[in-house]
Amino acid sequence: MLRYVLRRILLLPLVALGVTFLLFFLTQRLSPEMRASLYIKDPRQMGALEEVIQKYGLRDNVFKQYGRWLGSALQGDLGYSQSANMPVSQAIKEYLPATIQLAVVTIVLVVFFGVWFGTVSAVKKDKWQDVCARMISVGGFSLPIFVLGLLLLMFFYGQLGWFPPGGYSISTDVVIHSPAFHSYTGFLLIDALLNGNLAVFWDVLRHLILPAVTLCIGSFALMVRVMRSSMLEELGKDYVRTARAKGLPEGAVVYRHAGKNAIIPVITLASIQFIRLLGGTVIVETIFDYPGIGRFGVTAAQQLDIAGIMGFSLMVAVLFVLGNLLSDVLYTAVDPRIKISE
Amino acid sequence: MNNRIFKRILQNKASLTGFVLVACFALVALLAPVLAPVHNPHNPYQLPQSSYNVTPQPPSAEHIFGTTEQQYDLYYGVVWGTRLAFKIGITVTFFAFLIGLLLGAAAAYFGGYIDEIIMRFTDVVFAVPSLVLAMVIAAMLGPDIKNMMIALTAVAWPSYARLVRGDVLSVKRRDFVTASRALGARGPRLLLKHILPNSIYPSVVVASLDIGYIVLTAASLSFLGLGAQPGTADWGQLIAMARNWVLGSGTDAFAYWYTVVVPGGVIFLFVLGWNLLGDGFRDILDPRQG
Repeated sequence: MLRYVLRRILLLPLVALGVTFLLFFLTQRLSPEMRASLYIKDPRQMGALEEVIQKYGLRDNVFKQYGRWLGSALQGDLGYSQSANMPVSQAIKEYLPATIQLAVVTIVLVVFFGVWFGTVSAVKKDKWQDVCARMISVGGFSLPIFVLGLLLLMFFYGQLGWFPPGGYSISTDVVIHSPAFHSYTGFLLIDALLNGNLAVFWDVLRHLILPAVTLCIGSFALMVRVMRSSMLEELGKDYVRTARAKGLPEGAVVYRHAGKNAIIPVITLASIQFIRLLGGTVIVETIFDYPGIGRFGVTAAQQLDIAGIMGFSLMVAVLFVLGNLLSDVLYTAVDPRIKISE
Repeated sequence: MNNRIFKRILQNKASLTGFVLVACFALVALLAPVLAPVHNPHNPYQLPQSSYNVTPQPPSAEHIFGTTEQQYDLYYGVVWGTRLAFKIGITVTFFAFLIGLLLGAAAAYFGGYIDEIIMRFTDVVFAVPSLVLAMVIAAMLGPDIKNMMIALTAVAWPSYARLVRGDVLSVKRRDFVTASRALGARGPRLLLKHILPNSIYPSVVVASLDIGYIVLTAASLSFLGLGAQPGTADWGQLIAMARNWVLGSGTDAFAYWYTVVVPGGVIFLFVLGWNLLGDGFRDILDPRQG
């Protein structure tokens, strides 16, 4: 197990190297002037592009250039993002917590409602509850998140005015940038609680709900399916019959006996879905104008801000690989019968 | 064998629905020139524009699905968008599968360094969510439909390479391969004539059922402005144009509902059709089911 984890962690730099080199190779299609933005740290330098091109040898061959990029990236310098108007490393620091916050809230929704609907669907097999849950699950899997997002925005903001887009409202913006508000973690929900400011907490949560609901739809559909089939399988086993035969109330049989075993695949699925969500945040954050890393990446891509694109992809790749590793480890931790082959 | 699978698809209510949906869309795609006569022979995928008025207009006798921003006809967009969706889905799946087939087969057949290099390359592609990678590649190549298809192909082939590699590896050890090798078959002939025909069938099915997913990713890219350009009969693009109107007219939030619901509903039904069909196939191909 330890060897497996170590090997995967050692693989991480290789993957990061591969991804960045691949993208770097692609950037060579663009003019040296556009690529110069990778090295600019200050907007005032924009006037002297030719100097930058000369200084960093942007007309050299790919490998030489990549080596230099890697050198400065290893020192934490990812260049200056024109689209975000700040250094890439600062942009990541600023936007990443909001995305993680969104993903965590989403996965909580996915697991809670997925397990609930899936269990009901299995227990009431072929009754109307089951038919409804199955229809939601098939439909949710096919509904593009950008369509759902726009529909939810139309209804819950346009019609009802409940959940506005953006990350927080102007009044919150004033509060969190005032000296009285301490930023302990960068996660606004947690910081608001630590500061004892419930108004900020509620405002941030209110802005999170629609993006989270939109983002959860695909994973939720999958979760219902998995929970349903897993629960059905457990309910058919001998120990469940024994539990029923000794006269346990149905609730105890379903939740305490079958449920405990049925939830194993759900937990592993949840950890995998958590990583998958990273892809979806790109669309959701754009629709809801949510100030996270996904919106940063899309804006960088739209405006061909190369430094932003490179930094964004590098960060996503690292998160993705780490997340996959974590879900593998969790997989073995939850179910001791599973051993990772070495 | 094929006849039996087809019969079982039609017996199951869900997969039958999927089949009918996909068949209807295929029909619309084929009959596009009849259903919505081309107005610009140089580029049939260009949406007709009845005026430059910015505000979308509700469904009427002239525009049965209404018009979206700048008076692009939604009906024309839906019909030709269907044709474009199939074009994108089939082209991307075909080329991604071809690349995956060649590299996967080479990796499995030759093994050693070649296998290692190809498979580590797929690891790299798998290390980034496909939408994100496709988005980045499309942005670097410049947003248009052709580049979007290249980006989608670039992120789709590794999963087929893995599939084909696994299949070839298992077929490679079968007796008939040993037999033909004993008879003197070597290299490409052995691979192309004996191993591949006996190993690609399951992967072909998996690949063809991915068309729905490919089209969905393509629509996402167009929605983000990194695929089809404004004025193209592309579903994702139609929805992107609806973004400015989702909040309605101030008094009525649902004033421009059709700009989202028409193209959104079409994408939903298309993806639903492929998903239902895919579920049906998976059930049939699942060896645990008798």
